[in-house]
Amino acid sequence: MTDLAHPPARKSGAFGKIVLRWVLYILLGLFALYYLMPLFVMVTTSLKSLEEIRTGSLVALPREVTFDAWKTAWSGACTGIQCEGLRPYFWNSVLLAVPAVALSTFIGALNGYVVAQWRFPGANIIFSLMLFGCFIPFQVVLLPMARLLGLMGIAGTIPGLIFVHVIYGIGFTTLFFRNYYVSIPSELTKAAKVDGAGFFRIFWSIFLPLSLPIIVVTVIWQFTQIWNDFLFGVSFSQAGTQPVTVALNNIVNSTTGVKEYNVDMAAAIIAAAPTLLVYIVAGKYFIRGLTAGSVKG
Amino acid sequence: MTKWLETHLPKMVLAPSFIAVLVFVYGFIAWTAWVSLTRSRLLPRYEIEGFIQYKRLFAAPRWDTAMNNLFIFGALFIIIAMVLGLLLAILLDQKIRTEGVIRTIYLYPMALSMIVTGTAWKWILNPGLGIEATVQGWGFEGFSFDWLVDPDMAIYTIVIAAVWQSSGFVMALFLAGLRSVDEEIIKAAQVDGIPTWRIYSAIIIPSMGPIFMSAFIVLAHLAIKSFDLVIALTGGGPGYATDLPATYMYAMAFSRGDIGQAASSAMIMMLVVFAIVVPYLYSELRAKND
Amino acid sequence: MAPILEIQNLYKNYGPVEILKDINIAIEPGDFLVLVGPSGCGKSTLLNCIAGLEPISGGRLMIGGADMTDVSPKDRDIAMVFQSYALYPTMSVAKNITFGMKVRGVDQETQTRKLQEVASQLQIEQLLNRRPGQLSGGQRQRVAMGRALVRDPKLFLFDEPLSNLDAKLRVEMRSEIKKLHQTLGATMVYVTHDQIEAMTLATKIVVLKGGVIQQIGSPSEIYNRPANLFVADFMGSPAMNLIPAKARADGAGARIEIARSSGTPLVLIDEHAPALPEDVILGLRPEDIAEAGFRAGADVQDASCLIDMVEPAGADTYVVSELGGKPVTARLHSETVATPGEMLNLSIDMSKVSYFAPDSGQRLN
Repeated sequence: MTDLAHPPARKSGAFGKIVLRWVLYILLGLFALYYLMPLFVMVTTSLKSLEEIRTGSLVALPREVTFDAWKTAWSGACTGIQCEGLRPYFWNSVLLAVPAVALSTFIGALNGYVVAQWRFPGANIIFSLMLFGCFIPFQVVLLPMARLLGLMGIAGTIPGLIFVHVIYGIGFTTLFFRNYYVSIPSELTKAAKVDGAGFFRIFWSIFLPLSLPIIVVTVIWQFTQIWNDFLFGVSFSQAGTQPVTVALNNIVNSTTGVKEYNVDMAAAIIAAAPTLLVYIVAGKYFIRGLTAGSVKG
Repeated sequence: MTKWLETHLPKMVLAPSFIAVLVFVYGFIAWTAWVSLTRSRLLPRYEIEGFIQYKRLFAAPRWDTAMNNLFIFGALFIIIAMVLGLLLAILLDQKIRTEGVIRTIYLYPMALSMIVTGTAWKWILNPGLGIEATVQGWGFEGFSFDWLVDPDMAIYTIVIAAVWQSSGFVMALFLAGLRSVDEEIIKAAQVDGIPTWRIYSAIIIPSMGPIFMSAFIVLAHLAIKSFDLVIALTGGGPGYATDLPATYMYAMAFSRGDIGQAASSAMIMMLVVFAIVVPYLYSELRAKND
Repeated sequence: MAPILEIQNLYKNYGPVEILKDINIAIEPGDFLVLVGPSGCGKSTLLNCIAGLEPISGGRLMIGGADMTDVSPKDRDIAMVFQSYALYPTMSVAKNITFGMKVRGVDQETQTRKLQEVASQLQIEQLLNRRPGQLSGGQRQRVAMGRALVRDPKLFLFDEPLSNLDAKLRVEMRSEIKKLHQTLGATMVYVTHDQIEAMTLATKIVVLKGGVIQQIGSPSEIYNRPANLFVADFMGSPAMNLIPAKARADGAGARIEIARSSGTPLVLIDEHAPALPEDVILGLRPEDIAEAGFRAGADVQDASCLIDMVEPAGADTYVVSELGGKPVTARLHSETVATPGEMLNLSIDMSKVSYFAPDSGQRLN
């Protein structure tokens, strides 16, 4: 009985497995389309002429590829009254992100080193307080920060924005480095102390050379945060010092003239390009940064 | 002297950051809390007047809409992103050959600015030229999808865009969680002849409690802070239909010149965040110290 | 000769918790001091205090006659080998060994010469350009030793250096450390939880428990005359048999009665026993219980015992019998034929007996 019943049963099992496999791949493909669709629409729209956009379909490929929209987005689109395109604001973001990322990463590395390897009474409480700072909604500091920047005379300047990003970035950078350094045995520090090395010597000669992976993660995380920031940018900048996200929003929501969807899309892609590029080049580290602290270990 | 320096150097290195956090986080929270108890309008005033700003806030229909929107948006966003993220993670966990590529595709929206996401979806959901027009162009004349300009439905467009942006991240979290389950337990279950779906529902998913918690915290936090997406996608409109506490606060602070309202709404936002985050952080830190 | 390391009334607290209590130790140049005890007894903390890696809460610590209580590790003229080896992962073996000299500004020529000396002494010349990650456990151990040796310090400190090695390598490295100690004539302080390591290496052993010194002495003193029940139980494998018994004065000596499950107690006469309380605990090493007739002497007394279990262990055969309600192990020759459930005549060497007070646990003879 079982001998007779067995072979066909196994056959249908194998067949079922193949069908299941196909369903699985189709599902995964459909979801991939869902995630890719907006990017596809952005790119194709940016390459179409306004005429074609009005008459054609959202998902159709451009009949005639034109880069005019990109040129306008980069150097001619209007953000309110000025019409210089995204270019100056893109450079604002670069000038803002590079020092802010470098400073906050460096401070985070030193802090993490202290908290993880030079524990002193109260260090854990200090760390907890700093960690807590990562979670506040920034709305609660907007008003006093605006006043403080004014008092310091750096309101509406790029240094002012750098200052803000560094201050509210060190919580996370400290957390990243602390979690990384905590996994390094404290015996290493002890051995170096017996060898005669001091606080900074141990940091430079032993910990920093070990830190490349976490530096990459932290830099990517901070860069993405700062480049994509809108709240601080819109609150603490003025005409001329705005970062690219604020400029993009102004282009898209400017009410003057004809709505140029192709220019909007090109501008959006330009604003997204640096972080997208980082993601494609170093996606592995990007994911590690995202999940750091959320998944233990 | 050198001995003193040696023992105190670590503290001195940490001190500036600590002071910065004390002043710029806790000090500023205190400032905002103080101002929220005054009659401040265009300029801050420092005479405490009690809870008048909170009374005004709770009486304001616009704030009422914002809080309602937060609950609708938050609940839908968190639930859909978690379910979708878990589903995608399980699908991807089936030894898919092209996993790396697919994961990259699912996750890239997380690298985008909310402003970019908002801009893209604003174009896609635009009734005149977006999905509605496209589907109508395919011959479905009666098709209507104008949520973006419908005051009752606009908040859901924010859910759509936010889920698109963040569900890949939830997937990455869950995928890491699925992979961290002890393989020997799974092997033991397979040897016992337990079907795959039972292994997921009875063994793997229950052991991922902490990951669900993390995902929930991160998503809730994102929801409460949501600001840029609303600005880019709907601008808070039509009317005030898609206002969230964050946009309300910003409007009060920077366009209405009503510092008292801005401060009190910011304080409420912070209380909501703390109500969610504090128990979590507390249990985390306690678990670590044990 | 002046002691090279002297610890006087050392206390160490973490907040309200006392980790070390009133530690007094002094060792001479050339001594090999082993700090031994179960995990959590404070032995590693004590070593860290000697190194200056942990501040002490009270007392004084002298190295080479100079007060080092508040001196930082780098100025104590010590070198240390760690359990995890603590090799600097991004530096080559050579850089690992010379890092300390480099930090201290030793000239390049001396660095190279000393590196060569140590490398040949430890036979690691061919490893000098490798990174620690490319080495096996035993090789890492050697590099860690090299890093200590190159410093030529007054005092070498070892923190469980062999516990991460497999059993065979551990025995090899153990004898190598012993050889090193003999050829260098250096003074060493060595922490371990392994009592065999302690016995084989030490010239002097400190047994610690709960932050309190239980006994200080040579390996043979510790083994043969344990100061209390804890030391008796901790040192030696299989452990010393600790048998509850009743003692009664009997002429010059004592008459010892041990209860047996068969009903009739086993009676032993110890002619050299000191004055004993009625309840005592009798301590007997397994090797002091042998086959009847194998040992002779006035102090050897026979006892017929019911065998519960037989464990052949190659060179020896261990048999277990019940005395005073406790399983008692005897160490017999491997040829001895013993069968569980049958009687066997054993002889007990009363000259080796230790007596302990049941309540305080202290040694009575």
